[in-house]
Amino acid sequence: MQIGSPAFKQNAHDALGDVQLQKALGNVRRGFIDKRKKATDRLPEFDALRDEAKRIKDHTLSHLDFYLEAYERKVTASGGRVHWAETAEDARNIVLDICQAARARSVTKGKSMITEEIALNDFLAENGIRPVETDLGEYIIQLRGEHPSHIIAPAVHLNKEQVEMDFRRVHDHLPVARDLSEPEALLNEARMVLRKEYVTADVGITGANFLVAETGSSIIVTNEGNGDLTQALPKVHVVVASIEKVVPTLEDASQILRVLARSATGQETSVYTTVSTGPRRKGDPDGPEEYHVILLDNGRSSMLGTEFQDMLRCIRCGACMNHCPVYHAVGGHAYGWVYPGPMGAVLTPSLIGVDKAGHLPNASTFCGRCEEVCPMRIPLPRMMRNWREREFERRLNPAAQRFGLRFWAFFARRPRLYKLGAGLVIPFLAALGGRKRRLGWLPLAGGWTRHREMPAPESRTFMQQWRDRETLKQDAGR
Amino acid sequence: MHDNIISKPRVGLFVTCLVDLFRPTVGFAAIRLIEQAGCTVDVPVAQTCCGQPAYNSGDRKDARAIAENTIAAFEDYDYVVAPSGSCASMLKKHYPGLFRDDAKWTARAEAFAAKVHELVSFLSDERGMVAVHARLDARATYHDSCSGLRELGIRAQPRALLSSVDGLALSELPDADACCGFGGTFCVKYSEISNAIVEKKVRNVEATGAELLLAGDLGCLMNMAGKLKRDGSKVETRHVAEVLAGMTDTPPIGGSG
Repeated sequence: MQIGSPAFKQNAHDALGDVQLQKALGNVRRGFIDKRKKATDRLPEFDALRDEAKRIKDHTLSHLDFYLEAYERKVTASGGRVHWAETAEDARNIVLDICQAARARSVTKGKSMITEEIALNDFLAENGIRPVETDLGEYIIQLRGEHPSHIIAPAVHLNKEQVEMDFRRVHDHLPVARDLSEPEALLNEARMVLRKEYVTADVGITGANFLVAETGSSIIVTNEGNGDLTQALPKVHVVVASIEKVVPTLEDASQILRVLARSATGQETSVYTTVSTGPRRKGDPDGPEEYHVILLDNGRSSMLGTEFQDMLRCIRCGACMNHCPVYHAVGGHAYGWVYPGPMGAVLTPSLIGVDKAGHLPNASTFCGRCEEVCPMRIPLPRMMRNWREREFERRLNPAAQRFGLRFWAFFARRPRLYKLGAGLVIPFLAALGGRKRRLGWLPLAGGWTRHREMPAPESRTFMQQWRDRETLKQDAGR
Repeated sequence: MHDNIISKPRVGLFVTCLVDLFRPTVGFAAIRLIEQAGCTVDVPVAQTCCGQPAYNSGDRKDARAIAENTIAAFEDYDYVVAPSGSCASMLKKHYPGLFRDDAKWTARAEAFAAKVHELVSFLSDERGMVAVHARLDARATYHDSCSGLRELGIRAQPRALLSSVDGLALSELPDADACCGFGGTFCVKYSEISNAIVEKKVRNVEATGAELLLAGDLGCLMNMAGKLKRDGSKVETRHVAEVLAGMTDTPPIGGSG
């Protein structure tokens, strides 16, 4: 996937002017926030569960090598195979090898952000293998040649009328008279098309919400059941997962599951929670003949032991973006790469470099709502600030910004000089404000005054007035 | 102290740069309220800004230098009070982390941080104030500024004290806890996004039918007032301290009309 993050400002500008997008984004605000709140209010121990979920992941991350190797042994013992992929390219090639060995012509795919991260679909298509997304949202955006704009609701940027048009464009069997105005009708139409794909696919590719070291299992959660069909019907099941998905035990996974769906969609649990352990055994009624797990690093191991390690606790629930005022304003595509919102603002610079993704951790008001709702208690604002520090150290932010900051800091570090300067400028600005007490335009403040009035200073600075009062008091006491 | 007089706690007022420059009334209102809460107030002259513009831009060196000045100027007081959740949180929650590699300064910063309070929570939680002596005939709504709300737990205190103001009716603001889009330097670095966020905020303000918008942070207030005025709204904007101190004779933020 092309990296559009350096153009964040332009992307945001376009998004703010996109009427359809703005309409669709209204649903994020209304839908996700209220549902999550209801679900968490109903569970008094929710905060205690968050602490426990955090503890489990922190423990796992501090012994990640141990649990990954334990996991690999269990997968192997159950007849599956683990492939280690250091980079996205490694992972793509491993998938291709498996597909070619299976003489695959088409593969079905469960919803997976990791396969977005490694840009798998384009790669498979270039190599003559047709990928078919089976999650409804993913299916829609695949038809449109787009990428997900949200990590759990990939087509949240679209309205149902747009989807109807896409279906009519691509599904040429559709009679004109067929009513597709309701989401259910769209879902049924997608189901009809996908049924055939499930049974003809040679390989099914899914992600994983958890990898369980104790049993060598991978777990996915879905609401449509598409993941089950994707991994159970084809001859070969390939799981692509990043290394931080591992947890020690099934008990640990179920602990974290209790906060996952509530944080994501406000459900107590997802409709389907599917555990896969190895290929079909003798006597099993169904299941794949081959079971592969590709463990992707792609820069994550270098986050361990740094101020960004906490990010590896993320379970991809999307609560941070659902509660983010910036995401609400511009949507997910503006972020320019796979992961949007606050979690993307922290993770993306780790994966593609802060030189390309520098806007993302800067485009935050630090309102802190993401951290407030994060089920894994990830200090997202703190890590965005850490990225700003790295940028500042490497002089990556614009020269004008740096100059302005240094100019201001020169005075802020020198109280006497600061007071002198403020005492001169402020009364002048106050006078400029006139009787309306506001300024419609101010040099160097265009970012402010383009959209809002600048309230003028009252009169003189507080410090000037305070000094006068104190002098007066002293004179009176003399 | 050697007499029979029980000495009053000494409060150092951290004015905050925006109040110093734009809205001195808030500073004087804070002084009045802190004195009503049984304290003496002093304003150390060696203060400028809490350092957030540097800190949040990744410039730890300047942030630390400013923090050192602030701590040195205030550490002898019993309390340090700021009429801003954002600045108080910087002093209280973020200063100690600036000195991670320096044990001596960490200890000083932590001792200092323990004494820091945002004004309204100081009055309520530290000084047990349950009512103020103020009157304002108005219908108001209150916006929860993010840092105060989420980093310092300020939510009930301003509502409780405002409910004791004679004549004041408070209507709850829809999405009161959603950001106003100010975000310090964010509002100029990403002004279009900031504008989109504050547009939603002022629509919610208008929807309450209130004639007065209150909050505890001047940055947010200037942002919301600036937007309301640009839109030609009649809603007036004030810092919560002005109302609690009964100092509403000055024109509202950004003027009236």
